[in-house]
Formats: sequence, C-alpha cells, structure tokens
Amino acid sequence: MSPDHAHTPAFDASLMTVPLKPHRLAELFWAFSVMSLQGFGGVLAVVHRELVDKRRWLTDAEFIEDWAVAQVMPGPNVCNLALMFGDRHMGWPGALSALAGLLALPLVLLLALATLFNQWADVPAVEGALRGMGAVAAGLIAGAALKLLQSLRRHVLGFVAILCLVAAAFVGTVVLDLQLHLIVLGLGSVACAMTWRALRTQGAA
Amino acid sequence: MSVLDWWHYGLFHLSVSLLAVGGAVTLVPDLYRYAVTEHSLLSAAQFKHALVLAQAAPGPNVLYVALVGWQVGVNAAGPGASGWLAVGLGTLGLMVGLLGVLLPSSFLTLSIARWCNRHQGRLGVQAFRQGMAPIVVGVLLSGAWLLVRADGHWAASGGLWIVSGVCTLLVWRTRLHLLWMLSAGALVGAAGLI
Repeated sequence: MSPDHAHTPAFDASLMTVPLKPHRLAELFWAFSVMSLQGFGGVLAVVHRELVDKRRWLTDAEFIEDWAVAQVMPGPNVCNLALMFGDRHMGWPGALSALAGLLALPLVLLLALATLFNQWADVPAVEGALRGMGAVAAGLIAGAALKLLQSLRRHVLGFVAILCLVAAAFVGTVVLDLQLHLIVLGLGSVACAMTWRALRTQGAA
Repeated sequence: MSVLDWWHYGLFHLSVSLLAVGGAVTLVPDLYRYAVTEHSLLSAAQFKHALVLAQAAPGPNVLYVALVGWQVGVNAAGPGASGWLAVGLGTLGLMVGLLGVLLPSSFLTLSIARWCNRHQGRLGVQAFRQGMAPIVVGVLLSGAWLLVRADGHWAASGGLWIVSGVCTLLVWRTRLHLLWMLSAGALVGAAGLI
C-alpha cells in the first residue's frame, strides 16, 4: 500500500459541513454555463439548486443575503449574483468568468433559436412545449422559495413575523400590483429596521 | 447606421443601465421607445419576437437586449447585404447593447458587495442582510405565481397549475434533477395536455 494512502482522510459525514468553493476560473465558467442553460423562465431557481444543494458553494443564508444585494442593485439579478460570487472567490477574473459563463452559451443558443424562429413559431406542439416548460419554471421558483423559507425558522425576528413579511411582499406584488422596487425598498426598509432593532436588543441582552 | 449612431446606441444603454432596478425587463418600455419609436432601428414585431424568444429560451432575460442589438445590426446591414456583413454588424450591435447595459450596473454592484464584505460585522450590514430575507422569499413566491397566472385563468388552465404545484413539491422535497421536470413539462405541453 502506498504511503500516501495512509494520509488520505477517510470520507466521513463531517466533510459535508466543510464549506466548498470553486478553485479554477474554468470551473466557475462551466458551473454558471450549466446553470444558465437549465434556466428556463429565469435562472434563479437553478442557481439555488446548483450552488446550495448540489455544489455546496453557498449556504441557504448566504444565498439569501447575496440575492438581497443582487436584487436591490440595478442590473439583472442573476448577473449581479454571479458577479458577486465570482468576485468573492477569485476577484475580477472570477467575476468575469462567472458572468461570461452565464451569458455566452445561452446567447449562442438564443441566436440559433432566433434564426429558426420564423419557420417554427406556428407549430402548436412547439407552443405547447413552451407553455409546459413555463409552468415547470414557476414550480421551480416556488419550490426554491419554500426551501429558503424553511431556512428562516431561527430568524431573529421569529418565524411568525417572517411569515407576515413574506405574505406582505406577496400581496403587495400580486394583489396590489406594486412595482418591485417599491416592495424591495419600502417593505425592505421596514424589515431591515425591525431586524436592526431585534439584533441590537439581542446584542445588549 | 453611422459610427455616430452606434456611439449613441451604446450611450443610450449605458445611461439606462442604472435604472434597471428589479431586472432587465424593467427596461423594455425605454428600449422600445428608443429603438422602435424614435429611431426606427427595428420593427415593433422584431422587438416583440426578441423579447418572447429570450424569455422562452434558457438563460437570463437580459439576453433580449443582446438579441435586439443583433437585429439592429442585421437591419443596418440592409436586406441585400452579404451574410458576413450582417453577421458582423449583428455581433457589433449585440456587444454594444449587452456591454452597455451591463457595465455600469456591474461596477456598482461589485463595489457595494465588496464594501458589505469588508464591513460584515456592522449592525447595519447584518440588519440589511437578514432583514431582506423574508422580502426575498415573498418576491420569489409572487414571481412564481405571476408566471403561472400569465398563461390564463383557474378554469381554463387548471393543468398548468397542477404542473407547477407538482414541481413545487418535487423541488422542495426531493433532489430530482431539474432537467427531468423541464423535459416532462415540455412533453406534456407538446402533447396538448395542458
């Protein structure tokens, strides 16, 4: 038996909690390409699945925090998220690799689709397939949201207050049809102020 | 299109980039007014097709800006132009549009994110990061809701709601690969079942 083998740590459950991270620019590029190519009707749900569930490059809490920043900042949310993630691990080159991964292959695919579009647009099966994928995409987003909600059980505000805030954001967007930045900036400020107070009380106690 | 027109096209994208709070789709009315109504760089139908395709295809929705730029370039080459000229100008339009719309917002996001990382311990930064979490979840849920509702009403499209509901449970409770669900959705849709 080779001497190296003795030093190889046994694969045990404790390894699962070690935070993993990308090591090479190409790894970042391909990870984001894979996510982007699966992202019908928005890439966000796929990003959660891939970065949190599968690769474990982010925890639920980190994902939520990054997403909040990405959402408040101008620009496409998923692009912002990719930039921040790449930058944190590998600086500027990382940010560019992640963003390029997100955009390059889907763009080539999109151009190909656009050239085919005129011949295929009227086929009912194609239209039906798009409808079906749209319905799945909605489910993917909702499922990711429920998982994130679960991770907020031990939030400093308490789970009941969290549920109220989630409901308020939902009603504001769906029922009252308020613009997204009103929700994010308005209701977001309220939530942040409440959290600020709770954190301060907690720190003082 | 002259060099000056392209310059102007790029400047327009740079100028609206920071307005895109909530995503690139926020820019649809502005881009439409600039490219279709005011400068006639592409037709209304071409603009709409670009938007629909970008939303149906995988990838971030911001790619519609690239597709509009591509069409603007192809139009600029003219109907009788050689294929290579059209591809060249299309690529130029695509790059100018996409880079223009992404550069300012990307710089801003990276600066703020770096600042937040350096000041992680501050109460304000922590309150922001944790306080936004429920809003994020609420907005995600409404995004899903609006996506299903956009295609019809309860009675007419019950099948769509069932597909979405089943997928929600599968994502929440299992580790089934997303591509299986998307393929199943495409098959069910293509067969005309929903």
